[in-house]
Amino acid sequence: MTEPMLWTDGNALGGPLRDVFMMDITAATGRCVTCGRTDPIAQARLFDHAPGMVARCSNCDQVLLRLVRAPGRAWLDLQGLAFLQVAMPEDV
Amino acid sequence: MAGTTVLGRLTWRAAQVVGLRDESPTARTLVLDVPSWPGHLPGQHVDVRLTAEDGYSAQRSYSIASAPGSRLELTVQRLADGEVSPYLTEELHEGDPLELRGPIGGWFVWRPEAQEPVLLIGGGSGVVPLMAMVRTRRANGGAVPMRLVYSTREPDTLLYRDELARLGERDDGLRVDLVYTRRAPQGWTDPVGRLGAARLAALTPRAGDQPASFVCGPTGFVESVANLLIDQGYRPERIKTERFGPTGN
Repeated sequence: MTEPMLWTDGNALGGPLRDVFMMDITAATGRCVTCGRTDPIAQARLFDHAPGMVARCSNCDQVLLRLVRAPGRAWLDLQGLAFLQVAMPEDV
Repeated sequence: MAGTTVLGRLTWRAAQVVGLRDESPTARTLVLDVPSWPGHLPGQHVDVRLTAEDGYSAQRSYSIASAPGSRLELTVQRLADGEVSPYLTEELHEGDPLELRGPIGGWFVWRPEAQEPVLLIGGGSGVVPLMAMVRTRRANGGAVPMRLVYSTREPDTLLYRDELARLGERDDGLRVDLVYTRRAPQGWTDPVGRLGAARLAALTPRAGDQPASFVCGPTGFVESVANLLIDQGYRPERIKTERFGPTGN
């Protein structure tokens, strides 16, 4: 544990992604395009010291998603994710 | 389930500070009255937003410390170079308003109706959401076996000291083990130091039991403990983690 572990994790995307999706995405499962690891978004490594938030795969460190907010809009790059699997209520 | 919805837009709410409680020289619990609070699950967090007179605003996430109930409690660890935590722990007064939204998070949560044994491992202020789980179990009169392993630097940094001692002595299925990493109280006979493989194995159930496990704390702590649990034979999908970043004692 000598390196300064500057990242947090996808749990902290709960609020920002809910602004976009209107539902919790931390429990959603995503597959990394690069290595195929399939994990809850909450388990991604989150770097949020830059302008915007960058989530990286906890296995291969490649970018899964990027989220940038500006007044009146959000910009979401999902090209690192092959899919998102989201639990849906039975009646939807 | 009413009160635990994770659907729909989050709205900013004007909470009011109705109590302040020092938990350590650098951590304070904010007791909040939140109009129309929809309820929460232990493990969830809120976003707090401070806005200066010139319009500049800063936002941070804080774990909920309380069981679902009439008041919402957040325990905030003051970070020396922090932008928000010094205000929350030093300048906020009873009666002040505080803007927040939540509850947030659908993954790092304990659902009290679950019957499986629970293992909680917290480092520093990572104990806060775990405390919400301990308190929720107690509030529900729960019989689910729950173990809390709480690693802290020294006696001065220990949060919830009296309550944890009381709860741990009840002998109702909750076991609390403290680990001091730098300095222990006088008369402490357990080893002092970081939670390594041998100590962790001694304090946690056998891997075969596969308890629902929650690990929370600074990133280095969480990475280390989660890997040690996996080395012990815990299945990764049974371990839920939440990381606070490089600091967070």
